[in-house]
Formats: sequence, C-alpha cells, structure tokens
Amino acid sequence: MRESWDSRERIAGRAGRVTGQANTSGDAAAPPPVGADLRISVNGAWHALTVDTRESLLDTLRDRLGLTGAKKGCDHGQCGACTVLIDGRRVLSCLTLTVSLDDESVTTVEGLGLPGAPHPLQRAFVEHDALQCGFCTPGQICSAVGVLAEAAEGRPSLVTHRDRAHPGGSAEPVITGALPLDEEEIRERMSGNLCRCGAYPGILAAIAEAARAGEGAR
Amino acid sequence: MRPFAYHRPETVAAAVAQAGGADVMYLAGGTNLVDLMRLGVLTPATLVDVTRVTSATIEQTPGGGLLVGAGVRNSDLTAHPLVRSRYPLLAEALLAGASGQLRNMATVGGNLLQRTRCSYFQDVTKPCNKRDPGSGCPARTGDHRNLAIIEHSEHCVATHPSDMAVALVALGALVHVEGAAGARQVPMPGLHRLPGDDPSRDTVLVPGELITAVELPALPLAARSLYRKARDRASFSFAAVSVAAALQVEQGVVRDCRIALGSVAHVPWRAGRAEDALRGAPATEQEFARAADIELEQARPLPLNGYKVPLARNLIVRALADLAAVR
Repeated sequence: MRESWDSRERIAGRAGRVTGQANTSGDAAAPPPVGADLRISVNGAWHALTVDTRESLLDTLRDRLGLTGAKKGCDHGQCGACTVLIDGRRVLSCLTLTVSLDDESVTTVEGLGLPGAPHPLQRAFVEHDALQCGFCTPGQICSAVGVLAEAAEGRPSLVTHRDRAHPGGSAEPVITGALPLDEEEIRERMSGNLCRCGAYPGILAAIAEAARAGEGAR
Repeated sequence: MRPFAYHRPETVAAAVAQAGGADVMYLAGGTNLVDLMRLGVLTPATLVDVTRVTSATIEQTPGGGLLVGAGVRNSDLTAHPLVRSRYPLLAEALLAGASGQLRNMATVGGNLLQRTRCSYFQDVTKPCNKRDPGSGCPARTGDHRNLAIIEHSEHCVATHPSDMAVALVALGALVHVEGAAGARQVPMPGLHRLPGDDPSRDTVLVPGELITAVELPALPLAARSLYRKARDRASFSFAAVSVAAALQVEQGVVRDCRIALGSVAHVPWRAGRAEDALRGAPATEQEFARAADIELEQARPLPLNGYKVPLARNLIVRALADLAAVR
C-alpha cells in the first residue's frame, strides 16, 4: 500500500507542511493512505520520516525508531502506558498524530537516563521495587517526570486547589510557587497511569522520594 | 482508520476556507477525535489542524472578564492565577476532568465539542441515532446507568461528558465562533442542544464553524464558587453527576447564585429553576434542598439511573451549604 503514497503529496519544509489532498482516483469506500514528509526531534536527535497521516506518535516511536519503551496498553488514552514528554510536558503518544508535531521535542523513557546513569526517578523506581511486570513503568516514569515539573511550576491538582488555595470555595489568594507533593497529591496527579500488577505503593514511594530530593524535575 | 488528508493552516480564514468541503473536521488536541477515528465512529476525509490558528492566550477584557483562546490547553487554563482566584468553579471543573496527560493535550475549544461517552455511540456495531440517524437507541432499554435523567428523548438518552462546560454554563460564558458566514458569539447555555428528534447534532454550530475563543464574563459572585463531582472512582473518571455552583449571601439571605449540573442531560444543564427558587430565600440547608427538589421535579430517570436524582439533590445541597458555610 505504501507504493501508493504519491510523491506528489510529499512536501517537505516548514512553509508547506501540508500533505495534499486525498487521492480522488481511489475507491471512495477505501481511499489510499496519505503520506507526509516531516522531521521530528526525539531524545535530542532529528529524524526525517515519511509517515501515514493516521500514524500515532506511539507507533512512530516503536515501529519506525525502535524506541519500544513507550508501551501500547489500551491505545485509547485510558491507561497512560504510552506517556512521553513533548517539550517537557507529559502527553499520551497514542492519541498524538505524528503528522501534527510542529517542531516540538519528544522525550521518551530512553531519553531520560542511561543504563549506567539512570534518571533519579528511574533509580527511585528500582530502589523502591516500583514494578512487577514493568509494562506500565516507562509511562509511569515519564508521567512522574511531568508531575514533578508541574508541581515545581506551581501547577495545581484538584487536591491542591480544594485544600490549599480555596478551602470551601472562598476567594482567598491563590498560592503560587512550588507545591509540595504528599501522598494524596501524587495519587491524584498520577491517576492517568494504571498498573495492573498493583505496584502502586512502590510507585508512590519512589515518586515521593524523588520529590523530596527535588531532583526529579527537569 | 480511514485515510485522511492533513492541513495545518496559518490563519482562521484559511482554516474556515479549508473546512468548507465534505467530510472535513478540525483537529485540536485530538484526545477525543483521534480515539473516535480509531474506533471508526468518525471518518473524516480531511483534518484541518487548528493548532496554529487558535489563540493559546488568556487576556483580560475591558469589562473585567477573561478572553480565553480556543487553543488554550486545559492544564494552562486551570493553572492561570486569575482563573483560580476569580472562577474557582472553572479551575476545579478542569482539574476534575480527565488525567494530567490529557489536560496537557486537550484544548478549550475541543473540550466543548467532545462527544458523548455513551457506549453505543462509541461502538460501530451497535445502532445509535447520534452516530447513525434512524438506526435506533439501544441505550433506552440497555446500558444507560450513566446517561440522562433530564430532557432526554425517545431518540437519544446520551449525556454531555464535559466538566469544563458545566462551569462555563454556570458562568454564562460567551463562545466566539467564526465560519464562512462570518463571526458570531454563542452564549452558554445555548451552544449545546437537546437531542429532540435529531441527536446527531450536539451543538448549534453549523459545519465549518470554528470556535476561536471563550469569553468569561466579569462575575464577582463566582469568586465564591466550587465544582463537585461524584463518580465511580476518586480520579480520572467521568461524572455520575456533577455540580458547579456559585453563591452570594448577604445577612443570611441568598442574594444571587449560579447552579449547573453535569452528566444529567444531553447538554451541560443550567439549573435555572433552582436558582430562581433561591434568590431572596434564607441561606439554609432546608431552602437549598427545596430549590434542588424544584429543579429535579422535571427529572425522568430511566430504569437504571434513578440513583442520579437523589445524588444530584445531595450534591446541590452540599455544594451550596459549603459555600454558605452553614453546615
């Protein structure tokens, strides 16, 4: 099918990063795939790719770039196993269309640390036995990196907002600045990452330790 | 997923022009649209990515409100100091929705236009009048535990899933849209429509119209407000029932209030009858309960979702009592 990606539709360069019209010569019920040429930055390296417009960032990472850390758990945005960082913010790669990336930088779990020099959160997950099967772990770690950054920026969670900024809905001054992460905060902020093994106690302990050390935020 | 062409225009005018054809949809955060395309529920031939054309800024308006660009991410809106201090119900509604990752992706415009999570709508092997007009509504006699109790129709019992929209309905936000016929402003409530005999249309927008911004009115009352959400689990779950409420009490009497309910109807539901019943009434739990009962007299629960009526009543009473600090 990829032969049908007409080279006419491949337009490189920023000004015209548009993939062209759907092929009108094909069967209306099953139109041919549409390709797009683009460059994406992953873990500090640029890659030139031709992608199907339907391709998710998760599939690009795993199937094109060999970065199999991010996992396909549900492919519907419900489990968090595919979590990566785009420009430092945690997002779901399964619901991100690769073609929609716009010069942003992607960081996967492979880009956080190296076997001999793990990221502080990776080290904390090992030390606290924060996994059993490990399938959700890359997503958990990328999400936790995002959580620590968000708290350091003073971004609230529902727990923060209710308990600290506006008890009882009163209009008290909003607290800004870095927010401490207790267990309740971590549970709320990490609720988008599921663990079927139930390693949550270890995950909580690992993130809490990294938060205390103040070294997880990137 | 059906193959589609992808465009990323630089201006609203270009986006609107490109959306003029058949089977064209706008793409913003993609958190609902990409999923529905993967499920085969939506099959656009062309996506017009509006990330570059919709504003991602939050500006103060001359009238004392805020103008929120449609491209503002949910996480950025809820973290904004003026949203947190002036509109706590909106900040809480956003924080009560989805997960941290999804809030980083989802935009204000997309949040308003997300589709129902009714299981029949999302399953292309099942009939659904919203997805396939005229095919029927199995939810009426099937799985409707989390569906509508107010103003549903024989054609559709779906609920609108947004938390943010409930707060915006309570605030009376103004939705700025642009289309081929020009720009206009749609007040909330009023953006979303009841199912009636055409549940395929969620909103009053016409094809090709693009939400460009949401204007929050100056509303001092909203500084004392909150959002409460009852759900099956403590986090990352759609509401069973939610309430957005703001209350102004002077000398023990309700001077003004705003109340809206989520997950009870095809639209984010402004509880206007309860509001009318409360203005001028003593700020007591008994009066809050009386107002809630007046609102919920119009509830017509289905066999499996009758629980939502007392849940909505109790949420309204608790929210107002907390705001009045009379509990």
